[in-house]
Amino acid sequence: MRLEVNGKEYSTERDTVMQLLKELDIAPERVAIEVNLKIIRRSDFENYLLKDGDSVEIVNFVGGGQFSVSGSE
Amino acid sequence: MEDALIIRGIGFRSRLWIGTGKYKDFEETVKVVEASGADVVTVAVRRVNITDRKSENLLDFIDPGKYKILPNTAGCYTVEDALRYSRLAREAGVSDMVKLEVIGDEKTLFPDTIGLLTATEILAKEGFIVFPYTNDDPIMAKRLEDAGAAAVMPLGAPIGSGLGIRNPYNIRIILEGAKVPVIVDAGVGTASDAAIAMELGCDAVLINTAIAGAKDPVAMAAAMKHAVIAGRLAYKAGRIPRKLYASASSPIEGML
Repeated sequence: MRLEVNGKEYSTERDTVMQLLKELDIAPERVAIEVNLKIIRRSDFENYLLKDGDSVEIVNFVGGGQFSVSGSE
Repeated sequence: MEDALIIRGIGFRSRLWIGTGKYKDFEETVKVVEASGADVVTVAVRRVNITDRKSENLLDFIDPGKYKILPNTAGCYTVEDALRYSRLAREAGVSDMVKLEVIGDEKTLFPDTIGLLTATEILAKEGFIVFPYTNDDPIMAKRLEDAGAAAVMPLGAPIGSGLGIRNPYNIRIILEGAKVPVIVDAGVGTASDAAIAMELGCDAVLINTAIAGAKDPVAMAAAMKHAVIAGRLAYKAGRIPRKLYASASSPIEGML
């Protein structure tokens, strides 16, 4: 299926949020996930089924102070 | 702990809060945080780099068990975006605190206080501990407090400008009226600016650029730590009034 992950086209056979994170090698503990602008609770990562065309956002914390002073990525 | 800063039942060890942007790497960030003695560090919410997965996570370096992580909504220009980033930050699971920024203009980075007030009200109702970044406007500070802000964070000067506390009189008026803590956010350029904010009676100061942009950020972090402590002590001690003419401090009596 084809997804959009963090603004980029992404093809995968994984069908839950948790499996997608595993495929991407992302630890689930420190990220937050949105699918089609809706936040997915961490307790639902295992069960949330992704569909073709879903838009997924995976975010975490980076260095930042005021405004977009994020230089440590 | 004597003279501790407590906000919504949370005790803070230090009155210096620092941002973690603009450092050359996480190692430098850690050294600065340690030298500053801060226990609040602000962070931004951004997309994980999915193509380069060896990029490390800030929280592997700044232990959320040891420091209070304060996510911000930096870069948000609309209420919708600020709410979205706040909710994602809470979901990332370190705290209910958010440093709320709704920016009004790219050149000045002054807050859009109308949007800020709306977002503060919504997030406070959702149980967030909201720290809004606002102008040095006493009326808006009251409005934010009434909307449920846990503290107000007036700017001393524009973000990254290093101009210091440009309107100490407004900060004093904000302090007089506020029932919530007042934390100066933005504008500090060097240690004396931080001391001035504290001498005015502010409860804390948030600093990023003045430390990150210094030639020696670790040394500046230590300088800011001492400035905040000194400023707070001076405020508690009570300064003498300013007078135009001299008054001798040695006795006249007994002179030859």
